[in-house]
Amino acid sequence: MFINFFFNLKAAGVPVSLHEWITLHHALAQNLNDCSLTRFYHIARSILVKNEIHYDRYDIAFLDTFKDVETTDEMLDKILEGLKKVKELKLTEEEKKQIQQLDLDEVLRNFEQQLREGHYKGHVGGNKAIGTGGRSTQGAWGYNPAGVRIGQGVSRHKRAVQIAEKRSFRNYSSDITLDTRQMRVALSHLRSLLPISPEEKLNLDRTIDATCKNAGEIEFVWETKEKKASKVILLMDSGGSMDPYSTLVERLFSASSSQISRFKHYHFHNCIYQDLWTDMERNSSISTAELLKNEDDDYKVIIVGDGEMAPSELTWVNGAIDYWYYNDIPGQVWLQRIRDKFKDSIWLNPLPMRSWNYVHSIRLIRSIFPMFELTLEGLDDGIRFLMQGKSKLYDMH
Amino acid sequence: MNYFKGTEDYVLSPELKDSVNVSIALGRPLLIKGEPGTGKTLLAHSIAKSLGKELIIWNIKSTTKAREGLYVYDTVQRLNDSRFGDRDVSDIKQYINLGKLGVAFSAPEQAILLIDEIDKADIEFPNDLLNELDEMSFYIPETSELIKAINRPIVIITSNSEKELPDPFLRRCVFHYIDFPAEALMEDIVKVHFPDIDKKLVKECMKKFYWIREFDMLRKKPSTSELIDWIQALTIGGIPAKNIEKEMPFLGTLLKKQEDVELVANAGKNHYAYNSSMRTRNVY
Repeated sequence: MFINFFFNLKAAGVPVSLHEWITLHHALAQNLNDCSLTRFYHIARSILVKNEIHYDRYDIAFLDTFKDVETTDEMLDKILEGLKKVKELKLTEEEKKQIQQLDLDEVLRNFEQQLREGHYKGHVGGNKAIGTGGRSTQGAWGYNPAGVRIGQGVSRHKRAVQIAEKRSFRNYSSDITLDTRQMRVALSHLRSLLPISPEEKLNLDRTIDATCKNAGEIEFVWETKEKKASKVILLMDSGGSMDPYSTLVERLFSASSSQISRFKHYHFHNCIYQDLWTDMERNSSISTAELLKNEDDDYKVIIVGDGEMAPSELTWVNGAIDYWYYNDIPGQVWLQRIRDKFKDSIWLNPLPMRSWNYVHSIRLIRSIFPMFELTLEGLDDGIRFLMQGKSKLYDMH
Repeated sequence: MNYFKGTEDYVLSPELKDSVNVSIALGRPLLIKGEPGTGKTLLAHSIAKSLGKELIIWNIKSTTKAREGLYVYDTVQRLNDSRFGDRDVSDIKQYINLGKLGVAFSAPEQAILLIDEIDKADIEFPNDLLNELDEMSFYIPETSELIKAINRPIVIITSNSEKELPDPFLRRCVFHYIDFPAEALMEDIVKVHFPDIDKKLVKECMKKFYWIREFDMLRKKPSTSELIDWIQALTIGGIPAKNIEKEMPFLGTLLKKQEDVELVANAGKNHYAYNSSMRTRNVY
C-alpha cells in the first residue's frame, strides 16, 4: 500500500507532515514523475524532505517500501543501451514510418525475444520488467529514433532503488560525529550564541531637540539597539583519547570566536584541576581558582571532553592521570565549583550517547553537567539548552 | 504550460530539472540549498532565460525585514512634502513604494522572483512571508488596496543553511539540495565555460581539483567557480597540461586561505596523513 511509504518515512524519522503528503499526491495526479520510479524518488524527496540531513533516512524508508517493486526504468536503460549500438543507423523515411506503425506490444515481444537470444549482455530478470513496461510510454519512446539523443543523458540514471541503496547522503545525516564537511553547518548552529543584529529605532527626544536647533528643519536621529552579546568560555580536553577531536573542536570554536564578543578557551587533560592550560601542549597555564574568582558568572561555559577516565581521576586527591601533576583537591570538586559559578554550562561529548551509561566517570560527570553529543544534533540541542537558560535548572540527582 | 528544459550555459542534473518543474507545476516556492559555488543563484537566471520571463531579484541582508519586500510607506518624504507643499500629500498612494515581492505580484506577465540567501535575515523573516507566498497577495492598509498576483510568480529561494528555516515555511516549499557535482557533470560544466579547451588539461585539472577537495582539514574547499577561475588562469598563462601534476601553478585561485595553500603544497601524493576526520576513528 502506498500509504505505507508515509508511515515508513515517519518511522525512519523524517519529519513529514500530511500537508506535504497531499502535495505529493497533487504532483502524482499531474503525472510529474512520468510513470518513472526514479523520477518519483527525486520528486517525492523534493516535496517530502526539507533538509539534506534527512536524505539518508528517506533512502532507508524508500528502500523499505519499494525494494520489491518491478520498474520500467531498468528496461528503459537496457533499451537505450542497445540503441546506442545502432546510433549511427540511418533510417529511410519508409522505415521510420514502419517504426511508427509498430504496435507497442509487438515491439516489446520482439525485444523480449532478442533478450532471450542474448543480443544484450548482462540481462537479469528482465522478462517481468518488460511485461509491466507496456503501461509506460517509455518503451515506445526508446524505439523512436529521436529518442536516442534524449536517452544518452537519461541513461546516466540509476534505478531509484539502487540510488536509495547507495545511501550517498549518509554524510549529511546529523547523527554522525562532526567532521569538517559539517563544520560550516555546525558553525551556523553556534551562531545562535551571537548577538542579534541591531535594530534601528527613531530616538524621538533627540529628534525633537535636533529639529529645534535646526530651526524647524526636520532632522532625524536614529539609534541602534544593541543586544547584549554572548560571552563564551570553552574548556577542552586535549590529551590521549581526545587527540583526534581536539584540533577540530578548536577550529570550530576559534572560527566563531571572531563573532562572539568575549571568547576564552583553555585546555585540560581528562579532568579539570587547579590549572587550566592556555595552549594545547600544556606549557603555560592559568589558575582555575583565579578564573572562577575573576570572571563574570554570565559566561556561557562549554566543556568538550570524552569523560572517559578512571573514576579515581575524578574522586581522589592526587588522582590526576599525569604522574608529574599533583592535585590536593579531587577533580570532581573542581568540576562542581565550575558548575556552581557558571550556571550556564554544558558538556559536549564526542562519544555516542548510548555508551555513556557504561562508563562510570561519565555517569559521575553527568551528575554535575548536562551532557550532549558532539554531533550536529547534539550541538544544536546543547546550544538551545544554554540559550533558553535550562542549564540553570539542570539537576541529575 | 511552463516547462523548464535548462539553458546551454547552465549545466544541471535531471533531478534538479525535475524539482524546478515540480515547483512550477504545483505553484510552490522552490528552496535551493547547497555548497557555495554550486550555482544556486545562477539557476534562477537560467530559468528566467529558458522560459523567457522577467527575473526579479530580492537580495536578503541581515537587516532585511519581510515588510520591505511587500511595500515601504515613505512617511519621511510625505512629512517633508507637507512642509513645502510640493506634492498633494493627501494622495498617500504616491508614497507607497512596492518592494520586490509587490513588484513581482503586480507584474502584468508572470515573473520569476529570486529570494537570494533567505537565511541571512532574521529567524522570523520566512514566517512573516508565509501568508503572502501562500495567497500571493497582500493588503496595504494605508490606501486600502489589495495587491494580488495576476499571475502567480515562480519563486526561487536560495539558502546557505546559516540558519535553520522554520518548519511551517519549509512545509510550503519544494526542496532541492544541490550536491557537489561529480566529475562527469563537472566536465560538462567546464565545457560550457571553455568550449574549445584542451581535453588533457581538463583531465589533469579535474584530477588535481578533486584530489584537493578530499583534504579534510581545508578551511575552505574550492568550489566550481574557483575551478573555472583556475582553468582560466592556466589557459591564459599557457601552462602545459603535464606541468599541473607536479607544480600546481596558480594555487591561489583555488585556495583562498594561506593555511590551505601551505597544507596542499606540503602534502605529498599521499595526503591521508593529514586526514583527521573523526569518522575514521572507530571508538568501539
